[in-house]
Amino acid sequence: MTRTRRPGVSRRATLALMGAGAATFAAPWVARAQAKTIKIGMPTILSGRVAQLGTSSRNAVMLEVEKVNASGGLAGRQIEMVIRDSKGQPQEAARIARELVNTDGCEMLLDGEASSGSFAVHEVARDLGVLCIHTCSEASSLTADPKQHIPNAFRCVRQGIHDSIVGASYAAKIAKTKGLKKWATCSPDYAYGRDTTGEFTLYLKKFAPDVEIISESWPKLFQPDYTEVVTKILQAKPQALYSCLWGGDLTSYIDQANIYAMFAQMEVFAVNMADYTALTVVKNLPKGIHSGDRYIKTFPPTPENAAWGDAYKAKYNEYPTNWSWQNATAVMFLSEAVKKANSADGKKVAEALTGLTIKCPFGADGTVTMRADDHTLVGYAIGWGTTISQEPYVPDVQAGDWKTIFELEAEWKKSKGYT
Amino acid sequence: MDLDALAGCLTSPACLVTQTTSGLIIGMLLFLVAVGLTLIFGVLKVVNFSHGAFYMFGAYFAMTAYQLTDSFALAMLSGALGTAILGLVFERAFMSRVYGADVLMQLLVCYAFVLIFDDVVRMIWGPEFRSMGMPAAFQVPPLFIAGGVVPPYYLLLIGVALAVALVLGLGLARTRIGKVIRAAAHNPGMVSALGINTGLIYGGVFALGGMLAGLAGALAAPVRSLTPGMGFSVLIESFIVTVIGGMGSILGALIGALLIGLIRSFGSLGFPLFTEGLMYLFMVIVLVSRPTGLFGKEVA
Repeated sequence: MTRTRRPGVSRRATLALMGAGAATFAAPWVARAQAKTIKIGMPTILSGRVAQLGTSSRNAVMLEVEKVNASGGLAGRQIEMVIRDSKGQPQEAARIARELVNTDGCEMLLDGEASSGSFAVHEVARDLGVLCIHTCSEASSLTADPKQHIPNAFRCVRQGIHDSIVGASYAAKIAKTKGLKKWATCSPDYAYGRDTTGEFTLYLKKFAPDVEIISESWPKLFQPDYTEVVTKILQAKPQALYSCLWGGDLTSYIDQANIYAMFAQMEVFAVNMADYTALTVVKNLPKGIHSGDRYIKTFPPTPENAAWGDAYKAKYNEYPTNWSWQNATAVMFLSEAVKKANSADGKKVAEALTGLTIKCPFGADGTVTMRADDHTLVGYAIGWGTTISQEPYVPDVQAGDWKTIFELEAEWKKSKGYT
Repeated sequence: MDLDALAGCLTSPACLVTQTTSGLIIGMLLFLVAVGLTLIFGVLKVVNFSHGAFYMFGAYFAMTAYQLTDSFALAMLSGALGTAILGLVFERAFMSRVYGADVLMQLLVCYAFVLIFDDVVRMIWGPEFRSMGMPAAFQVPPLFIAGGVVPPYYLLLIGVALAVALVLGLGLARTRIGKVIRAAAHNPGMVSALGINTGLIYGGVFALGGMLAGLAGALAAPVRSLTPGMGFSVLIESFIVTVIGGMGSILGALIGALLIGLIRSFGSLGFPLFTEGLMYLFMVIVLVSRPTGLFGKEVA
């Protein structure tokens, strides 16, 4: 008969426990300090149609948290992430955020929700006064609208208005050199699609006053078939097309427009094309689609950015997304703010975050800043370029100019009555 | 509303050709899904709410087969056959147990499987969207017919769907099996008493319905992105088609699908903001004037 190990506490484990116990009695403060981790809560979307983005957010956070923990944690306390699935539902996101703080004892929140849910989490942060960094919501009003402003919430995300200004000024340059006057638009029919397209065309006409929008299409979000939209645009015979379709909708659209040879008949500007989730999925990516940078490891063209993209790929076996770099940046901000405040207390960290500039692989000049007056991220790498069908997909990204962005953003805020 | 654009299109042959073929493509894919739905309802008297899942599985099977073999024909075949087998197993194991049950019970079972099938796809193929890609043979410039643009792949798609419609229609009307199926739809008790295995017929019809939806998914895979849950929006439109055409009528499904396709393609020109609404409006008009649908028969 062979002897099997009986369940229970082994001799070795008992010894270890006794040793630990003795150490605790000898130096209790050390044990307490080490046991006291700092919990950071994170609601994000881990199931449903955009689960891929939520998962890539979680991955990026864990990648950075490991680094912070390895170098001693936040003010000597190891970070423990508590990440929950909101399924993309705003009410669920709000409930989870509240529970994370009240029940799980999280001292800070990273809000990994899309625009719809981020406003709900924002209200929870307002109510509980907990430090909250939004990491995925691009809706400009979240920080631009002074009614939303609270001292304990920040946004570490690219912003719709910045994208529109950079995209439109890039598109206007091409419109002028190639004489593209007749434009069509095709964007998903919900708040993001309408707002982004509206802002883009507003600035396009400002930079290139000759431009005329001759056809608009508003397919439903997640519509399976775009044939009628494609043929409608072909009928209108525009010289250029703008679209802010994204993800699977964009790849469907490209596959369906491709067999009508649409990309040979007009210049296409698709702001969300240069994202690995779309680039790696489309099998026959047409050459020469103009796109904004979402996340691409070759822009900014620095060794730090390339190394970060490769490290992510090595760990998770896929490329990061736009949501990934934003979440990673949020952890970098937290770590630096805690160092500056020399404390992990939410209020002090919030004060330290305000106006903080940190070194960051995703900065236009190697740094990014949490702007003091509206608590939002500025100075990140932002640009447009054209696609090719294999890596690096967008070989030559033209960087946007932050001076112009700041000027026009200020004008836009004034026109909206925000300042 | 943009009636000028619509009028301009109706007078231009190029636009007419493009929009009509565009309507046919949308309609034909819908027909393949809807005809399975209507067939299953006609014979089994079950509203198969999980029908969209077969469309989804067809697309995923085709994508996987295409990636493994690089053969478009094999991809279509595995999309259709895979879902046929799945349909048969699903019917024998689960649906056959709720035939006599309350409609709500049937809906509940079907809905449970919508969720289960979505999760199965998520487990096997992952939650992110996938794309099969257009086979090289069809990566050719579109044809120009009277100035209108027609992609060759879509001609194939329309051809396949029309062939299916023809074979189904003739098969049900002219063959012995067709007669038995129609008899089973009318009076299953009598058919059973005559020594015909109705269980086999039910399973076969369900498998056929699943196969047609799977074929639609496989044909759509090169041009549509694949995601868990992709069957749902297709299912809603197929319901509209079957309601317009009349539950249980194959000809009704064909006409209904084509009408919906044409409404979408021409509606997007004339009523760009009301294309969806137009579809539902049409359904309401049909239901008010003919409650059984265009080709539906009064249930005795």
